[in-house]
Amino acid sequence: MSQTATLPSGHRQIQQAALRQIVKRFPGVLANDRVNFDVKAGEIHALLGENGAGKSTLMKVLYGLYQPDDGQILLDGQPMTFRSPTAALASGIGMIHQHFMLVQTLTVAENVALGIHRGGAVINLEGVRARVHELSLTYGLKVDPDAYIWQLSVGEQQRVEIVKALYHGGALLILDEPTAVLTPQEVRELFVTLKQMREQGHALIFISHKLHEVQELCDRITVMRDGRVIDTIANEGVDRRKLARMMVGRDVTFVPEHPGVTLGETRLAIQHLTVRNDQGLAALRDVSLEVRSGEIVGIAGVSGNGQRELAEAISGLRAAASGEILLSGKPMLRASVSERLRAGLAFVPEERMKHGIIGAFSVAENAILQNHGVPPFARGMFLNFGDIGRHARGLIERFNIKAPSTQTPAKNLSGGNIQKLILARELSRQPVVLIAAQPTRGVDISATEYIHSVLMAQRSAGVAILLISEDLDEILALSDRVAVLYEGQIVGMLARAAFDVETIGLMMAGAHHQRD
Amino acid sequence: MNFGEILVEALTLTLLYATPYLYSALGELFVQRSGVLNLGVEGMMLMGAFTAIFAIAPAGLGAAPLMGVLLAAAVGALMGLAAAVVNVTLQAEQGISGIGFSLFGLGLSSLLFKVLAGGVIVASGFEPIHIPLLSDMPIIGRIFFQQNLMVYAAFALVPISAWVINRTKWGLQIRAVGQNPAAADTMGVNVVRVRYTTLLLGGALAGIAGASLSIALTGIFQENMTEGRGFIAVALVYFGGWSPWRVMLGALLFSIANNLQIWVQILEVQIGGQPIPPNLLIMVPYILTIAVLIFARQRKRLEPAALTKPFQRGEN
Repeated sequence: MSQTATLPSGHRQIQQAALRQIVKRFPGVLANDRVNFDVKAGEIHALLGENGAGKSTLMKVLYGLYQPDDGQILLDGQPMTFRSPTAALASGIGMIHQHFMLVQTLTVAENVALGIHRGGAVINLEGVRARVHELSLTYGLKVDPDAYIWQLSVGEQQRVEIVKALYHGGALLILDEPTAVLTPQEVRELFVTLKQMREQGHALIFISHKLHEVQELCDRITVMRDGRVIDTIANEGVDRRKLARMMVGRDVTFVPEHPGVTLGETRLAIQHLTVRNDQGLAALRDVSLEVRSGEIVGIAGVSGNGQRELAEAISGLRAAASGEILLSGKPMLRASVSERLRAGLAFVPEERMKHGIIGAFSVAENAILQNHGVPPFARGMFLNFGDIGRHARGLIERFNIKAPSTQTPAKNLSGGNIQKLILARELSRQPVVLIAAQPTRGVDISATEYIHSVLMAQRSAGVAILLISEDLDEILALSDRVAVLYEGQIVGMLARAAFDVETIGLMMAGAHHQRD
Repeated sequence: MNFGEILVEALTLTLLYATPYLYSALGELFVQRSGVLNLGVEGMMLMGAFTAIFAIAPAGLGAAPLMGVLLAAAVGALMGLAAAVVNVTLQAEQGISGIGFSLFGLGLSSLLFKVLAGGVIVASGFEPIHIPLLSDMPIIGRIFFQQNLMVYAAFALVPISAWVINRTKWGLQIRAVGQNPAAADTMGVNVVRVRYTTLLLGGALAGIAGASLSIALTGIFQENMTEGRGFIAVALVYFGGWSPWRVMLGALLFSIANNLQIWVQILEVQIGGQPIPPNLLIMVPYILTIAVLIFARQRKRLEPAALTKPFQRGEN
């Protein structure tokens, strides 16, 4: 480890940062329970755990966004209190948030300048620009100071975030799930940068729930579960199954079985589909795709390349500009949502709280959202609460949904259980086509495993499934074929035998065009 | 008067009547750029209008005109502060609370008018200032350079506002807070403080707008004398796409609509040989407001993304 006190960014090094006995409570939740954690200069320390394990809360405490209810923060042995992110920034702590903290309508330089609180009333953008340029050269992070954030790709935006952190200090950098939104190639680039920063004496905290990334990058690993630290171990020679067990609390099967099935007829056919986004620009251009009975077709791509519009156009939530959508051979382009549902379409939407459930409605009510008007749930104009309750109890049992009762408001369930409820409702209508958009996003490993097994079972039962996901591992594990969406077009279609992360990654980045 | 003279008079009035719109809409522009919708402008203008005239009228405090403007600004800022407490700190529904502030300003200004002024109040405020040399130019001199101080200041406020928003740290913070308060927060920008300051400024400028109406335009105060100008100011910010220069164009357009009777006279517009009924002409600014708000739907992409959304740390 280097003993120089100054980093290439010109800021002072942080030799060691330590969190001691941190307690953080939220109403009804103990998010951090006497947590100890430390990171040293020249080290990448992974913070591993499932969603809701308390990783982000702990880091927000270190970054001054939350005040701990108890415990101490030590920087190089000095106890610190960070009342706000400004205070943390001033002490050399930077954070790259999972959802980038960038103002889309400002330029790169303006976003950086937002953190400058000293000096006169007028912004010195010239100075900021020069320094951003200098930092981007020193650290090999290519950014254009004058570009507007909305013009940049996700990978570029992340570089802006890192440069921003380095500009304002960033001797210690917290990276909150930085790879979640990147293509495999961008992940590799990021890792090169992070390793270089480690050599230069930065202290880095890498938050993740992806075991292979943690193993590739980090020096030490701290595993959190249910708000507690399970253990801190050296990465050297660690067994991946052991890590998974520490994280989840039991053994985990990594990849679901993928048995061969005989394909049936084409259930979903999309022909030359063009769809506009909210701004009226083409979000999908001339997309054609078929899904047959017993087949899972995965849609891979970086977020914002037309996935949302594709799901909405098929489900009928968004009017398509042109093309055709066929459900079991029947044209559906101008059909209403209810006509599509009756034709056997099921839809697990990307935003479960907004489009999947009505939060204030009970579990039982949410389970009959589409067919509350048909027997046995309705008798004439009256709802039949007996059968509605029995239906909900059946789904809770069959799909292993953890709900206190059928009358619990759906919004009180955990993310994984809400997702299971939506899936249960959709599958209870015995669909022939299932559109699953980000079915496991933000869902814990147990629920993810379960949802994957349900999708595989439906495939075996002959349902045609379109799986839209930004999680490439999920796509590769489940799909029979993968279509890659890039800027609203399918730039490649690969059969399972030809799956290759490298190729798909390049396609996701738009570098590669290929068909079958 | 011949045609030319009426035209010059009409254009002079256009600048004069654009003045209250400019102050109130530019103030509202700052507020909206920071992500808050202040629908209470109307009430703040009315309070400013009464305060200013009561301050300078011989029957009132008998102060100097500038003092009247200053007091109006202070009263407006006070209401802005109250709006900040309600909207920013207590996170009220901004559309509803704004209507409340407008009704409050209407009621209180009418009450004070009856109690303190007894029904009639007249005062001469700002005299036209002839700018040396420039005011001697033919036509242009009359229109642009023989106005009163409040008019000059209102138009000067346009480039100043643009400069503050685009070039200063405070302006950058306002833009950031209106688009992505969570991002601004992580960069150490105090979201609540920025919104308080814009509401203080917006309130003060609404107060000044009212003052300009009572002591720089008309020299009198009447109950509800703003006649919806505060609401039109809110519409102008949408019309102007949150840019001070385009807001100025809107202010001029609405000013023309306010004085349409004169324009109809100049242009000799008639319907079926009959002059247009004056009541119809008075309606025009309000119809224009509705048209503008329908049109503003097209400007959705220019709208500050966090407009009307209260900020709560940790909800991202």
